[in-house]
Amino acid sequence: MTAADPTDSPGHRRRRFNPDRDVAEWHGKYLPYDLVKEFLLALVVVCVLVAGLAVIFSSPDDKPVTVRSWSAADPVDFAQTAITELDGTSAIATYGPPYNTAGTSQSIGPISPQKWLGVHHPIDTANDFVITPLKTLPDRPALDAAIATYTAAPPAQQTKWTTAYEKAVANATFAQGALNVPSGRYGPVGPMISALTSMARSGALDGALLSTRQFYSTDYTKPLLFIANGAYLANLAQGQHLSGSQWGMMNETGSYPGQAWLWLYTLWYQVPPMKTSPNADLQVWAIMMILTLLLALVPFIPGLRSIPRWTRVYRLIWRQHYRDSSAAKTATRGPTAAPPPSPVSSTA
Amino acid sequence: MTIDTTPDKTAPDSVAADRPEDADQWTAKLRHAAVEALPPERLLPDRQPAYVASWIYVFGVLTLAALAVVILTGVVLAIFGPSWWHESSTGLFVNSLHLWSVEVFFFSMVVHLWGKFFMAAWRGRRRATWITGVVAFVISVGAAFTGYLAQQNFDSQWISTQAKDGINATGAGAIFNVTNFGQMLMWHIMLLPLVVVLLVGLHVLLVRRRGVVPPFAIPLESAAGVEPAGPPRTTPNQEQS
Repeated sequence: MTAADPTDSPGHRRRRFNPDRDVAEWHGKYLPYDLVKEFLLALVVVCVLVAGLAVIFSSPDDKPVTVRSWSAADPVDFAQTAITELDGTSAIATYGPPYNTAGTSQSIGPISPQKWLGVHHPIDTANDFVITPLKTLPDRPALDAAIATYTAAPPAQQTKWTTAYEKAVANATFAQGALNVPSGRYGPVGPMISALTSMARSGALDGALLSTRQFYSTDYTKPLLFIANGAYLANLAQGQHLSGSQWGMMNETGSYPGQAWLWLYTLWYQVPPMKTSPNADLQVWAIMMILTLLLALVPFIPGLRSIPRWTRVYRLIWRQHYRDSSAAKTATRGPTAAPPPSPVSSTA
Repeated sequence: MTIDTTPDKTAPDSVAADRPEDADQWTAKLRHAAVEALPPERLLPDRQPAYVASWIYVFGVLTLAALAVVILTGVVLAIFGPSWWHESSTGLFVNSLHLWSVEVFFFSMVVHLWGKFFMAAWRGRRRATWITGVVAFVISVGAAFTGYLAQQNFDSQWISTQAKDGINATGAGAIFNVTNFGQMLMWHIMLLPLVVVLLVGLHVLLVRRRGVVPPFAIPLESAAGVEPAGPPRTTPNQEQS
């Protein structure tokens, strides 16, 4: 290999050779190397490996939770969640952009892209999750009257009813197909939530929650967010080691490797201050964006681009080359010449 | 019997060569630029420098092979539709092939990436090769992520409802709605794979154009107290300012 120093080509400023940026021109041997054969062999190896893994381990496919399955398995949790949707205290009701303006957007100092981009998938949980679906139920004059009473009432009265119901439903039970809530002064809210629970258990609410009213739909935002507001989904996830404190979404159900490549992203959620910060998501994304940018721009960053030369891992990778170079140099110098320093002890 | 060896004047080869009147033709210019940048012997060389002798080089081609299997199994899943693999044992097997080829793809790619990092593979005007590789890795993460969101099972429900907070915090949630199955499926089977394949293709072409990065030249000579051998000379591997 021949070293190259400043270029003397016309039109270019002479620049000092930098081992972390430049390379010496290779004048050594070229050996036969069959790239096509190598690729086809690699393809065969991957096919065999993947087929073996697929036969032995298959792939996870746990059934999704529906509003129907949730309300059937835990109707009290459903009712407790439904009242928070009606009174606007659920996680989505108080989320902020892109769903509504009720919550505080995450920010780092004055930077708040969530706020800047605004509401793009508007969700009014009281109407979208409770009142509008209930209105689709036919031939229910008592329910229609309850909805009319609730919607016509002043906000303060609505809050009194929902607060009273929220306290009562905390001690609710479910027996013989009916939700039993301790009596209280919650006016029309009781019949509304009971009707919604029955609707959910029948499966009708799943369809009613779909975001669009056209026949074909592929947007499950509303039912998904409603389900995620309850404790049922989170409890199932906890049991499958999927919660945030369990390195969350990089895992999969079962013992599958999941998205192991997200380990660094998930790691930041486990350490302070992100672990408890209300702006954790934005902070973690900011860190990851900076790290990704640094990785992409390593070739331009002095110090960072010298790490490979400093760490000397390359000696392991090219050990055969250095061994051959050392042997060739010994042969050139002859038996009386001093032996060259070993690649291991020499410095880069 | 005599054989007519007269060149066929109507054949494309006889008109494709460099006629002076075609010098300004865009097609001819593009062909010249392409052949000059990547002549066939550089595009598909049958020789490599002697230093290309390490197991680490295998992981680049393994990544390409795994990507081929990912795409092939993804095409089969696309042919039969998103519900197929939930209802059919054959579909489940193809989905399993898809899943495990993705795992092999990422494993190979990560080893390849860190191997190239410790080789400082950006040296010698190979910075674009490095950057396209890193960007291909990042876009691949997005492609795999949307795949998890488009599974239509418990995993996709949980991952989407958890991931929405991160995406929304960046403002991207205004456009990129992780709880919208249809949107995520389109991103997974069309947009992101297209970008990944284009980036990987560009990355491979850049590797072929610049060649495999040579080892650090310094160890033996510098330890002996001498500069690396050879006079300073212009080399295509040196950065120009």
